[in-house]
Amino acid sequence: MGKLVGQPIKRVEDNRFIKGEGKYTDDFNMPNQTFAVYVRSPHAHAKINSVDTSAAEAMDGVVKVFTGQDIADAGLAGSICGWQVDFKNGDTMKEPPHPIMVADKVRHVGDPVAMVIAEDKYTARDAAELVNVDYDVLGAIVDPKAAVEDGAAQVHDDVPNNTIYDWELGDSAATDAAFENAHHVTSLSYHNQKLVPNAIEPRAALAHYDANEDKYTLYSTSQNPHLARLVIGAFVLAIPEHKLRVISPDVGGGFGSKIFVYNDECGCLWASKQIGRPVKWTADRSEAFITDCHGRDHVTDAQMAFDADGNITGLRTKTYASMGAYLSNFSTCVPTYLHGTLMQGLYTTPAVHVDVTAVVTNTVPVDAYRGAGRPEATYSIERLMDTAAREMGMDPTELRRKNFIPAFDGVEQPGYQTQVALQYDSGDYETNMDKALQVADYESLKATRDKAKSEGRLVGIGFSTFIEACGIAPSAVVGSLGARVGLYDAASIRVHPTGKVTIHSGAHAHGQGHETTFAQVVADAFGIGMDDVNVIHGDTENVPFGMGTYGSRSLAVCGSAIMKSVDKVKEKGARIAAHKLECSPDDLEFANGAWTVKGTDKSVGFGDVALTAYVPHDYPADEEPGLDFASFYDPANFVYPFGTHICVVEVDKDTGEVDVTKYVAVDDCGNVINPMIVDGQVHGGVAQGIGQALYEGAVYDDDGQLLNGSMLDYTMPRADNFPMFETDKTETPCPHNPLGVKGIGEAGTIASTPAVVNAVMDALSDYGVKDLQMPLTPERVWSAMNSNGNA
Amino acid sequence: MISYNFDYKVASSMEEAFSMLAEAGDDASFIAGGHSVVPAMKLRLSEPSTLIDISKVPGMSDISQDGDTVTIGGLVTHAEVASSDVVNNACPGLAECAGVIGDPQVRNKGTMGGNVAHADPGSDYPGALVAFGATICLASASGSREVSAEDYFTGLFETAKEDDEMVTAVKVPASSASAYAKFPNPASRYAVVGVGVSLNMNGGSCESASVGVTGAADHAYRASGSESALAGSDLGDDALDAAASAAADGQDMMSDLAASADYRAHLCGVMLKRAVAAAKARA
Ligand SMILES: Cc1cc2nc3c(=O)[nH]c(=O)nc-3n(C[C@H](O)[C@H](O)[C@H](O)COP(=O)(O)OP(=O)(O)OC[C@H]3O[C@@H](n4cnc5c(N)ncnc54)[C@H](O)[C@@H]3O)c2cc1C
Repeated sequence: MGKLVGQPIKRVEDNRFIKGEGKYTDDFNMPNQTFAVYVRSPHAHAKINSVDTSAAEAMDGVVKVFTGQDIADAGLAGSICGWQVDFKNGDTMKEPPHPIMVADKVRHVGDPVAMVIAEDKYTARDAAELVNVDYDVLGAIVDPKAAVEDGAAQVHDDVPNNTIYDWELGDSAATDAAFENAHHVTSLSYHNQKLVPNAIEPRAALAHYDANEDKYTLYSTSQNPHLARLVIGAFVLAIPEHKLRVISPDVGGGFGSKIFVYNDECGCLWASKQIGRPVKWTADRSEAFITDCHGRDHVTDAQMAFDADGNITGLRTKTYASMGAYLSNFSTCVPTYLHGTLMQGLYTTPAVHVDVTAVVTNTVPVDAYRGAGRPEATYSIERLMDTAAREMGMDPTELRRKNFIPAFDGVEQPGYQTQVALQYDSGDYETNMDKALQVADYESLKATRDKAKSEGRLVGIGFSTFIEACGIAPSAVVGSLGARVGLYDAASIRVHPTGKVTIHSGAHAHGQGHETTFAQVVADAFGIGMDDVNVIHGDTENVPFGMGTYGSRSLAVCGSAIMKSVDKVKEKGARIAAHKLECSPDDLEFANGAWTVKGTDKSVGFGDVALTAYVPHDYPADEEPGLDFASFYDPANFVYPFGTHICVVEVDKDTGEVDVTKYVAVDDCGNVINPMIVDGQVHGGVAQGIGQALYEGAVYDDDGQLLNGSMLDYTMPRADNFPMFETDKTETPCPHNPLGVKGIGEAGTIASTPAVVNAVMDALSDYGVKDLQMPLTPERVWSAMNSNGNA
Repeated sequence: MISYNFDYKVASSMEEAFSMLAEAGDDASFIAGGHSVVPAMKLRLSEPSTLIDISKVPGMSDISQDGDTVTIGGLVTHAEVASSDVVNNACPGLAECAGVIGDPQVRNKGTMGGNVAHADPGSDYPGALVAFGATICLASASGSREVSAEDYFTGLFETAKEDDEMVTAVKVPASSASAYAKFPNPASRYAVVGVGVSLNMNGGSCESASVGVTGAADHAYRASGSESALAGSDLGDDALDAAASAAADGQDMMSDLAASADYRAHLCGVMLKRAVAAAKARA
């Protein structure tokens, strides 16, 4: 632990956020700007007969109306899928086009058909209602499993049976054999329901084409401005990189939904060039519900096989994963490489087989949402574990203890090779669970539960011991699996003449606190103060080509790039210091902000060296001036955080309401830079995961209408739904990155959902309820309790 | 979330409000706390041509008590009702009801008059006002009148109020053994079911009871079957069960994402029992 590293330093960015002085995309304005509103389909599936824009165009203040036909005439393709997952038989993945606006048929409620640009946003909004689209409404398909059946509505003409690919991982024969010889088999079928991300800031764009410089600028709500520039430049609009600048200023939450390059933002850039004026577009909340990529939407059958002693002998799952109506950038890898590869959990399961069919449906596109694939995998495994323990009459912690992978540090002991392609870096799962049991005081929890039950109250305890793969990702590995991008990151460190430091980070912060943690790391490395370090991110013309923030990767990947630059600064600094101290760099050690000749009190400070580098009067002959280094870091492996979450609930017998009364999270994310920020990430993640378990879920009718597309109907979890979360940690360092860190952004979401549902099932154990579908609404719980003759 | 264009006028007296309304024509609307009218405008579900702000109209912002009657002005906010000593003493069930409306922002802005005028089927006040035998005071340019709460709420967003009338106040009879129990919609926090109960106790026995239910049907109603089951009983389990199972009698239960009709009917009974228990404890 350094002076700053490991300390709960208050987040420096919160100063502006708490005061409401953050600067978000919609806060930026340009001279002569116009305002765009998209005209969106009210139907889930319909043929467009005609689009009449005349009334809108005639309205005072309307600058221009573009339609899907204009996009088709311009020959623009639209956003792309960034990951190719082919069929089992080798056939290429189906990749239907996803135009910026559609001309022929709409495929989900919210599909854009026209764009109205006006002098002000009020006029644009009014004029959008005057665009008259004549539709022939077609039958819709919503259910991922029904989508593959003959006779289901066909979302795209060239995607037979709506099937994008089918895919498998693991040894199917060995797994089937394990099931044939099993002593006990536990089975679950469930819908990991479709979730609406609901970041507090809706997506927005401010796009400008400067004809004098032949250059585009896009302010946008992106988690990864360089990725946006790459996709827009190379694929969507064919703009050379040096002619496109993407700025992603403060961003009010993403949770994955702002990773993707959306057509809406691209449309603004294109339109800006057509009309020769800047175009601003800001989604409203209703629009966010039907255009931000949703998460999850897996329909899964999962089974686990055990021998007579409770050892897991096999696991198999079959999943139908909806992509929604189009393939968003990373949609295809979520149910496969981020899901199937995690199916071993942290157990020694000797045979695993995962089967996934990806389908299109007439719903909002689905892509990575906090956890992305790993929550779905964890839900399968951890629900099966608690259910199996109940069925076999075992304590759920004993069942886990029996099956944990033994501790390994990844240095003395090698990494752990799973049956599903991953090699875990380091882990000590049993110690972690024991810590959680101690923090939660499991023995007394059980006594409390049993006493409550004897009094007729329904109290339950649920577990989730989980692992995730994050720090995404080794480029060569993901490339071999179909990724069309590398997943390294980049950062530069500029030491200024007075010894102050600016970090240019490829990772973008939208809630993660990079401006604090990155500064902590660098300040400690140079022995300077937090105030001496500044973090810049989110502008392709100011930061190196990093791949952005998602997959709990910022510290593990971008932080490692930062450390590489730190090392370069220190190496060069040592040579300059050695020159000043008239010794060899090897004679020096760096501590407390100064290079000291070992065994002497002769030293020179960091600031002195920095000044010398920029005023190189007395300077090593063959040394360049300056102290400024950029580095790229491509990780050697994923990182594998893990943890134990314990949830206690009480179910109201009369209403079926579930009250989460206690929640303990003991996470292991390797070395901790800022425990307060780690706690904050866990709190938010757990809240989101409880949200999925109890409250959230997009509800569609058979016509593909989203029935709960507003905050009046879509239940977001709120602070008063939760007890105070109790967090603690174990620290098993990552052996393969310089900071020994593993990532914590998604852990809470991944872990908590099954823990909550397991707790409810434990509370209802006397009611003969086989299973419940999420969200566990009061009515669902109450109905289940009263449908088995248990009223 | 941009509304249609509209005019905005501020009335400084009741008379001025009425003349502004008459002048602006059919599509004009009063605005008080704005917490029902503005959300509907933002979603473009309603498009008033003119909003006439009545929040500055004098004489409608007080809570007073005269003998057994508490009068709450049309502009009194939910937060004021919830925290009023007068209301908490005279009719704790009404204060309880106000305290579970929405969230603090809603309670700080939303008004009694607006709530009663809007008559959302999921509004809380209607259930309490019907249960507690309240009277709605209405005024227009041509005079004023009073309507019992039971007769006032007539349908989905429909009331006995004429378009040109203003809710100036509600009068609530004192009822110390009163309570309100609510099952909130998890998303909107409006009432899926809300039950107001007022008991007339004589020692351990209940001489009469009045029960109002909101959220369950398209408008608040009195559950007379429940009232009879409670009246004359000692509020024991049998009476409570009978009252609970009668709480939805004769009513068309609504059905939506938060609750099916059957579950709603069941919740009416559960909330009734909870309200009775709380009211009894206050007797
Ligand atoms: C997020 C949210 C949650 C809510 N939750 C609840 C809840 O749990 N329970 C609940 O009961 N309510 C709830 N509400 C509604 C809230 O109570 C409103 O404040 C109330 O229903 C309307 O009062 P207002 O003063 O805001 O009326 P406004 O919105 O100003 O007006 C509503 C309507 O009444 C008319 N009007 C207003 N005042 C008068 C008057 N004195 N005379 C005649 N007409 C008048 C207006 O013309 C308009 O048509 C919620 C609202 C929001 C936004």
